[in-house]
Amino acid sequence: METFGTVDGPGIRFVLFMQGCLLKCQYCHNPDTWALDGGKEMTVEEALSEIEPYLPYYRASGGGLTVSGGEPTLQSHFVAELFQEAKKRWNLHTVLDSNGFNEAERIRRLLDVTDLVLLDIKHIDDAKHIRLTGKSNERTLQTAKWLSEHGRSMWIRHVYVPGIHDDEEDLLRLGRFIGTLRGVEKFEILPYHQMGVYKWEALGKTYPLHGVPSPTDDEVERAYRLIEAGRKQTGIG
Amino acid sequence: MSVLEQDVHTMPTGWRGFKKGNWMRKVNVNDFIERNIRPYLGDEGFLQGPTDDTTELWKIVSDLTKKERENGGVLDVDVHTPSTILSHGPGYLDKDKEQIVGVQTDAPFKRSIQPFGGIRMMVDACKAYGFELPQELIDLFTNIRKTHNQGVFDAYTTEMRAARKAGIITGLPDAYGRGRIIGDYRRVALYGVDFLVAQKKQELLELEVDAMEEDVIRLREELSEQIRALGELKRMAEMHGYDISKPAQNAKEAFQWLYFGYLAAIKEQNGAAMSLGRVSSFLDIYIERDLEEGTLTETQAQELVDHFVMKLRIVKFLRTPDYNELFSGDPTWVTESIGGMSVNGQTRVTKNSFRFLHTLYNLGPAPEPNLTVLWSEKLPEAFKKYCAKVSIETSSIQYENDDLMRPIYGDDYGIACCVSAMRIGKQMQFFGARANLAKCLLYAINGGVDEKSGAQVGPEYPAITSEVLSYDEVVKRLKPMMEWLAKLYMNSLNVIHYMHDKYCYERIEMALHDRDILRTMACGIAGLSVAADSLSAIKHAKVRPVRNEQGIAVDFEIEGEYPCYGNNDDRVDQIAVWLVETFMSMIRKHKAYRNALPTQSILTITSNVVYGKKTGTTPDGRKAGEPFAPGANPMHGRDKKGALASLSSVAKLPYEESLDGISNTFSIVPKALGKEPETRKSNLVSMLDGYFGSKAHHLNVNVFDREQLIDAMEHPENYPQLTIRVSGYAVNFVKLTREQQLDVINRTFHGSM
Repeated sequence: METFGTVDGPGIRFVLFMQGCLLKCQYCHNPDTWALDGGKEMTVEEALSEIEPYLPYYRASGGGLTVSGGEPTLQSHFVAELFQEAKKRWNLHTVLDSNGFNEAERIRRLLDVTDLVLLDIKHIDDAKHIRLTGKSNERTLQTAKWLSEHGRSMWIRHVYVPGIHDDEEDLLRLGRFIGTLRGVEKFEILPYHQMGVYKWEALGKTYPLHGVPSPTDDEVERAYRLIEAGRKQTGIG
Repeated sequence: MSVLEQDVHTMPTGWRGFKKGNWMRKVNVNDFIERNIRPYLGDEGFLQGPTDDTTELWKIVSDLTKKERENGGVLDVDVHTPSTILSHGPGYLDKDKEQIVGVQTDAPFKRSIQPFGGIRMMVDACKAYGFELPQELIDLFTNIRKTHNQGVFDAYTTEMRAARKAGIITGLPDAYGRGRIIGDYRRVALYGVDFLVAQKKQELLELEVDAMEEDVIRLREELSEQIRALGELKRMAEMHGYDISKPAQNAKEAFQWLYFGYLAAIKEQNGAAMSLGRVSSFLDIYIERDLEEGTLTETQAQELVDHFVMKLRIVKFLRTPDYNELFSGDPTWVTESIGGMSVNGQTRVTKNSFRFLHTLYNLGPAPEPNLTVLWSEKLPEAFKKYCAKVSIETSSIQYENDDLMRPIYGDDYGIACCVSAMRIGKQMQFFGARANLAKCLLYAINGGVDEKSGAQVGPEYPAITSEVLSYDEVVKRLKPMMEWLAKLYMNSLNVIHYMHDKYCYERIEMALHDRDILRTMACGIAGLSVAADSLSAIKHAKVRPVRNEQGIAVDFEIEGEYPCYGNNDDRVDQIAVWLVETFMSMIRKHKAYRNALPTQSILTITSNVVYGKKTGTTPDGRKAGEPFAPGANPMHGRDKKGALASLSSVAKLPYEESLDGISNTFSIVPKALGKEPETRKSNLVSMLDGYFGSKAHHLNVNVFDREQLIDAMEHPENYPQLTIRVSGYAVNFVKLTREQQLDVINRTFHGSM
């Protein structure tokens, strides 16, 4: 957990990291959170008591509670209950940081107590998505559409790895897809960094992106430009 | 009052346009401020860049700084002339360009010798930097004129010497000036010297009492010295071409008069901390009057501030490398307290609060003056945002909780050194450095035997001999050891301050105080987090001492996990609170010199490195020689739940049991404050509001990446002005020893992945 999160949603936030993820992203900087076992077990009450001391900070900054991962929807009952209680007791703003792999209808109860979804689109091209993560992007895109159709707020986030995400057509396509969505309050590119490498090594795994550099500011700017251009082509807002 | 009455009827022209009040009859700067201050609620849009003269002068300072560094840390020393208010004629950077004049000797960066604290320190300091003190001066201050240092060692007991040598009490001001006294330098500008002399003479007259007892005799002698020092101050100003007998007429004079007061103090005293007080909003009143009269522009106002601050940045004392190792770099603690609120609810933020912070851009970042923002939840939002911006961009500000201090000290207090609040001109402290609580815990385990030397330093209480340490037994042994330490500590401080008053009295600083003042005996503790974590380990895990052939516990095996201070976990945080309360209650039992009020601080400055060196392996797993955490900080890397949990643990330490301050140094990487500049600012503001809202006392804010520091360590030439906040003050990173640099780099950086 992190008591002073400032990048996963608005304001200052309590960020709870959940154990377990079904995607195996090559650039993942928290591969230690993949395993479905491990981590520390916690009740909703225990989690709430970790949050409570810092409420003044979260309120004053327009922040709140973010659950991230791993993939938090794998434990959607827990998260739903946590969000529900946090809202009931403190009217706290809730954010779900998700890869969208879990079907929206199945986690409806969780989404109903979520104020904002941070949705990670790993790759717009399905074949490349499969290569990168081991799974199809279909369910993620479905989740995005569901959120859009149900009037939910979301931030779309896109990790950018040089050599994997720099294709012009892909970026335009990603923009066009986002353009069709309602409720996208923010779009962010998360430039790839190598800071997770040591965790791969500690887990005895081979780091697949060995030697890949972080993108330059120019590359990131170009990606933003292309995605913006794509959004304008289909923009509904 | 009669002596001063004529001033009421013939109002000096320096007071034109000011709202009248009690301040005109008798020295009362706060009344003047309260009636005349113009709070500013706007943003930084009005600020102006440096003038050409400012830039050129700063270039001279930068060049001299470079030369000084190349010369091994000291550029020049006048070894022949002991420094007094009048010892040296005026010196200039560039006389035609300087708005504010005066340096400590006849040339900038030329240091003087200040032997009244101790001659040995002067001899060593000269030698260390390639200079030699003439034998006749050494003889003079050895055989003819006694020093503070000699007085202290004449009176120290055997036990005090042993405790000092072992480092269980350390950093004591027994060989150097104690400092941490703030003269009310504003009085020089507001009243002129003649008024101040008249008031002091009146006070002396009121002391012609029936019984000439020791207290009265001492005070009469001190007052006479103060009057003499004020006369010298006036002559010092004359040497620079200024008559400061009457009140300052305009802003430029107000800055200059005030600075002369401060300059006299630093010529007379090489105090550990020579703090400035709370001058910026006072000076703003003069600037506002000049702006209104059309005799000053905003550019000129900023130039005055820049030139004044430039002078504060080049305050130089001759000190030994040892001393600098203890305190990191070459600190002077020219602390200036900015902002805060009035008791009446109005803010004390003025445009000059902004201008002072703005010097960090016009002149670049720097450790001095030690800019201290008195934070209140009610500060104007625009000022809060500006402070956050300056912190993020320069890491040069510290914050202290005005909402916590104002009820205790009123609205005209300032910070001396790092975290010591005192009413300006009405209160002083006897600086007491600190006692090493981590070592005290080892003494409790080892029956008073020092774990490093094997000598019996503490009392020969029974040592703990069990295979596994039991919490109850350790606490039972710890309490009497802490009692012993508190008593010895207080007695040592009494010796020190008796002798300092006698042989190294702060004449001009005390001349700028009221006659009857509150004195505090400012004790302190080091190693709080080590001691708290050690006790937590003993309580919640299994700790087995490893004893050497002499039976001393020199290492500890820890089995299992234990809650560490810094994670907002009451199981250990309450141990830290208990240590603070318990030691304070023990200090209070002992009589302090001159009826001083005993207080304590949790502040190590950067001597956490040196204290760590002197302390053996501790039961928390810290190895012998490793640094302590600074001040009240959690141990490096043990605060694992993020910034707010770490801050919350520190905020639990009760300020009323540690009135001399609780220092916390906080480092965060820029990205962890948010993505966009605006978000970073508002998040930092919220963090400060939240932290101080939970009754915390102090926070140093550093915003940078660890990588940047590593690069600065390898390439110091690229970072001449890189400033970082350490425990209660700021330092030039490249001036730290390698050991200290590594200590800073190893501290917890919140937000690092």
